[in-house]
Amino acid sequence: MTPPALSAAELARQHAAGTLAPRETVERAFARAAEVVAGPAGLNAILWDDHEAALGAAGELAALQHAGSRPGPLAGVPVVVKDNIATLTMPTTCGSRILEGYVSAFEATVVTRLRAAGAIVIGKTNMDEFAMGSSTENSAYGPTRNPIDPTRVPGGSSGGSAACVAAGIVRVALGSETGGSVRQPAAFCGVVGVKPTYGRVSRYGLVAFASSLDQVGVFGRTVEDAAIGLGAIAGRDRYDSTSADAPVEDYVGVANGSLDGLVIGRPREYFPDSLDARVRDRCDATIDALRQLGATVRNVSLPHTELAIPTYYIIAPAEASSNLARFDGVRYGMRAKAAALRDMYEGTRSHGFGPEVTRRILLGTYVLSAGYYDAYYKKAQEVRALIADDFRRVFDGGVQVLLTPTAPTPAFPLGTKSDPYEMYLSDIFTATANLAGVPALSLPIGRVDGLPVGGQLIGRHFDEATLFRVAFALERALGGSAHQ
Amino acid sequence: MSVTDAEVRHVAALARLGLDAERIPTIAAELNGILAHMDVLSKVDTSQVGAVTGVGAAGTPLRVDGGNQIPLARPREAFAPAMRDGFLLVPRLATHEDLDAESP
Repeated sequence: MTPPALSAAELARQHAAGTLAPRETVERAFARAAEVVAGPAGLNAILWDDHEAALGAAGELAALQHAGSRPGPLAGVPVVVKDNIATLTMPTTCGSRILEGYVSAFEATVVTRLRAAGAIVIGKTNMDEFAMGSSTENSAYGPTRNPIDPTRVPGGSSGGSAACVAAGIVRVALGSETGGSVRQPAAFCGVVGVKPTYGRVSRYGLVAFASSLDQVGVFGRTVEDAAIGLGAIAGRDRYDSTSADAPVEDYVGVANGSLDGLVIGRPREYFPDSLDARVRDRCDATIDALRQLGATVRNVSLPHTELAIPTYYIIAPAEASSNLARFDGVRYGMRAKAAALRDMYEGTRSHGFGPEVTRRILLGTYVLSAGYYDAYYKKAQEVRALIADDFRRVFDGGVQVLLTPTAPTPAFPLGTKSDPYEMYLSDIFTATANLAGVPALSLPIGRVDGLPVGGQLIGRHFDEATLFRVAFALERALGGSAHQ
Repeated sequence: MSVTDAEVRHVAALARLGLDAERIPTIAAELNGILAHMDVLSKVDTSQVGAVTGVGAAGTPLRVDGGNQIPLARPREAFAPAMRDGFLLVPRLATHEDLDAESP
């Protein structure tokens, strides 16, 4: 797949200078989407698009600039956003039948901020239903295919956004993270994906899955694309009281920062004997590259890592069972016909939710129910504290960034993981960062049998700048080998 | 601990999910398969640990309980099937298709 020739920064520069019309760039993005068949007949990465609104926005941008308005860092840059992020001119269905045809009454803050930065939202992307999945096979609108190898999954749950970046339709896309839903698809599709610190980005307009874990994340074709995207959406929002009032650093400004003296941790629990040897080799080569860049690499231990998946798959379904109670046929989307209220609720929810969402709602309701709450939910919250403490101890000990594989394997073939728990294990190296609330970033570090492998950088709370500094340096050092 | 068919029915009722009777044993088996992996948590000593409910670095800031005005893109009427006297009118159960033909 040929990426668009110009980076997000270069597109914005040329639009601002008037050497390239935003309309032309938007038309080119739609042409690329048609060329790679981004719709249901092909990759099935884009669920909804809006040519008219996108071209209108491009025209408005050109007019504003003509009138002397200062162009933003994403001036005229086409972007796509995951279908669980509220937009005004396109549906927001979360990949679910239960929200079929639903158009939000308000716009997500992240979309408002992207538009304020000059970006043009051209489409909504496919996803596992309500972000529950690791392959984008759970969408009510059919699975998304990986542009690198269409017989394989793109990862999930933000697989549509990752596929759009990998296929060269856009340079920047938004996804959402609850347990790895940006980083894992970024790794599978050979692009950059960043999950910011819990609280770094507003969730106003992000349809809630598990509120103590959810964050909006950003995909970029390159580290710079992702850095510009995160810079545009980060920061306190008065509509989201969980957004933090922490200063937002210049993530592009750290691009040429030195790694001299930086302490990188290599947590042994992320390199188990069962790890695909080829993935391990790529990570080891990346660690060598970090040493050559001047960083010190230290072996560390995060002893509760193996408990992350059992912990995550109690807490996330528990929160989901509560958050998804609102989809009852009264307020949103589809409604089953029934003579009695309870029958209408049950009919709507059983027909509207797919099998994985149903399974997680049942699991979440079970672990919260009388008699099981202490054994499962309370216990999981306590273990979560231990997992968060693992990170605190390592970072307090002087480690600034951790380097791990993003996923235990490269992208797997469609339809090959039928056991739910086997699918859950895809998140084994990513769910820890969500449980601890720390930021993490995946970037391409090589390929095995032609399939991308992602390396994960995990940092301290609100220290995305250091993650980007390391990612920029690694991207330069690895060069073409990151995609070979 | 093992999830029984009766517990699946109970939990489904709590979650307002209508399940076909023939699916219940399969779902019970799936939940048991998943929960078997959770049993590892029971062996972890958490006696010195307090449960966490969030992971914000500085906790969750409180805001004034005043309620921000939510900026809707379109007037409320645009999102309602119908309105009367400032109230939203929603379809009635079962017969709502018949009523759709009438002016509410």
